[in-house]
Amino acid sequence: MSDTAPMTYREACRQALIEAMEADPRVFMMGEDIGAYGGCYAVTKGLLDMFGPERIRDTPLAESGFTGAGIGAAMVGMRPIVEIMTVNFSLLALDQIINNAATIPHMSGGQFAVPLVIRMATGGGRRVAAQHSHSLEGWYAHIPGIRILAPATIEDARHMLKPALADPNPVLIFEHVMLYNDTEPFDASVNAVDIATAAVRRAGADVSLVTYGGSLKKCLAAAETLAEDGVDAEVIDLRVLRPLDDATILGSVRKTRRCVIVDEGWRTGSLSAEIGMRIAETAFFDLDAPLRRVCSAEVPIPYAPAMEDAALPQPATIVATVRELMGRG
Amino acid sequence: MTDRVHLDRPRLLHLLEAMERIRLFEAKCVELYQTQKILGFLHLYDGEEAVSVGVIEALRPEDAVVATYREHGQALARGIGMDVLMAEMLGKVEGCCRGRGGSMHIFDAKKRFYGGNAIVGGGLPLAIGVALGDKMQGREAVTVCFFGDGAAGEGEFHESLNLAALWQLPVLFVCENNLYSMGMALGRAEVDTDIARHAGGYTMPAEAVDGMDVVAVEAAARRALEHVRGGGGPAFLECRTYRFRAHSMFDAQSYRTKEEVAAWRDKGPILRLTRWMTETGLLHAGDQAAIEERVKAEIEAAVAFAEAGTLEDPADLLKFVSMENVPQEGAVR
Repeated sequence: MSDTAPMTYREACRQALIEAMEADPRVFMMGEDIGAYGGCYAVTKGLLDMFGPERIRDTPLAESGFTGAGIGAAMVGMRPIVEIMTVNFSLLALDQIINNAATIPHMSGGQFAVPLVIRMATGGGRRVAAQHSHSLEGWYAHIPGIRILAPATIEDARHMLKPALADPNPVLIFEHVMLYNDTEPFDASVNAVDIATAAVRRAGADVSLVTYGGSLKKCLAAAETLAEDGVDAEVIDLRVLRPLDDATILGSVRKTRRCVIVDEGWRTGSLSAEIGMRIAETAFFDLDAPLRRVCSAEVPIPYAPAMEDAALPQPATIVATVRELMGRG
Repeated sequence: MTDRVHLDRPRLLHLLEAMERIRLFEAKCVELYQTQKILGFLHLYDGEEAVSVGVIEALRPEDAVVATYREHGQALARGIGMDVLMAEMLGKVEGCCRGRGGSMHIFDAKKRFYGGNAIVGGGLPLAIGVALGDKMQGREAVTVCFFGDGAAGEGEFHESLNLAALWQLPVLFVCENNLYSMGMALGRAEVDTDIARHAGGYTMPAEAVDGMDVVAVEAAARRALEHVRGGGGPAFLECRTYRFRAHSMFDAQSYRTKEEVAAWRDKGPILRLTRWMTETGLLHAGDQAAIEERVKAEIEAAVAFAEAGTLEDPADLLKFVSMENVPQEGAVR
């Protein structure tokens, strides 16, 4: 018997943090407005009262400073969770993430691991324009030495943090801004997920839609529309953007023989390009049609609603791309 | 008073030997560079030895050190073996970082030596985290963070000084002001060249000291550490020093005159100490020769160790990109 009740994505993230803080005194949080303000997306609401200012540590606006502090603390035995408000702000901490967190284990000849978790919001759709809306997780997925997670479901939001904290390596968790208010039935009998595999969210026979994060819902919606036309789409949720679960991606594509990659990042030099190339390298002769992609338009994400909607992948674009691929355009 | 440096003869000879070890080790590194046994960048510490020796003399084993890419002096002063250091310079598996880091990235978990950071300013946030983590776990340790005058221009410098003071962390910031960030003179880079005064703006005690005087550096470090160990939060020490050689190995030094370098050489930390010891009768005939002989023997042994070392099998290239466990936790108390 599964015990299911509705839960928001935000609450799932919050419960995961509370569980981690209660389970391990080495875990603490640092970030901007996570304490007194309750978190810019209210994920950390109430945590300051529960755990106090030593462990729910409000920081000044110094992304590089507090991210580097997380790395140092991880190197001396703590299990820090650093929250960066949005991926755009994380660019101010790139030096620490890439030059230190990702390199020190290898550069030190394996003397140090960096067991650090960095959470940040990503993605567009909230009408907050070009400095709060980008999807740069694909960039981070370029970097060896870090694991990149993109929880797209309530269950993943609730359970990915625990294995992320148990990982001896830096783990970056990207939470899509349009997911925080999502509510889904949450199965309380599930108490663990892995952070290694992709998931088949909808089984299908005709085409694979490979996606992650905020685009998962769009792909599932597109798949329902396509089903009305008799096109049976399989939807793969990558979940882990680095290292990629090649087996699940290739297994799906070999079955359906067609693939559309849906990635909110820009097309050029993107994660979608990487996935497409991996398919081309190993499953080229299994394909019945060229690989296709639906990505964000190559523009800074604009404020005006119709303009922003046009810049981001949408179910209609995904449907149109699949129809064209299936010769049903 | 803990800031008093005992100035008896054995103590002074010890300081002299500590500086000679760095000076002569690096002279050997230059030879090995010229014969292409050491490759890449080689940033020499020639002229700045009094800074690392003076500061690290005042540390305890439980303290942590964060250094820069010009860190041979800190590594040797901290007690990282000359043999594993030389093996690292030669890119051997027997090196302290298996030859993965090289000259600029010396790490030693057992000595609590957290790099070896070649991004100017990049070590400061890391030092904040080391101190924060130590403090949260109840360790009575100070983190000493070395950086150059160039770091004062970086945002990470200001972010880190503020965080350390805001959170009252046990950090001793040590600015090795050698007057040039590569070729950029301090006076052309900073509107206020008094770097200690920048730190004062973050409400921590900040002192500038003659970085060519090892005794003065140690005394200043002890004063600053007394403040930090007493729970007073961070302190800042600006050591005014000079780099006698090129920034790295290829540098025409068009940004300074030979006369300027020669004038500073005459004020060098080893000369400074030996002159004073001679004047006061504390340096006896043969003392320096005996030190040099001992150090040279140590260097020869280190070179032999390094040359006999093995090159890592490229099959292990990906090892440690992702760690299987957290190895350093066995090393930290």
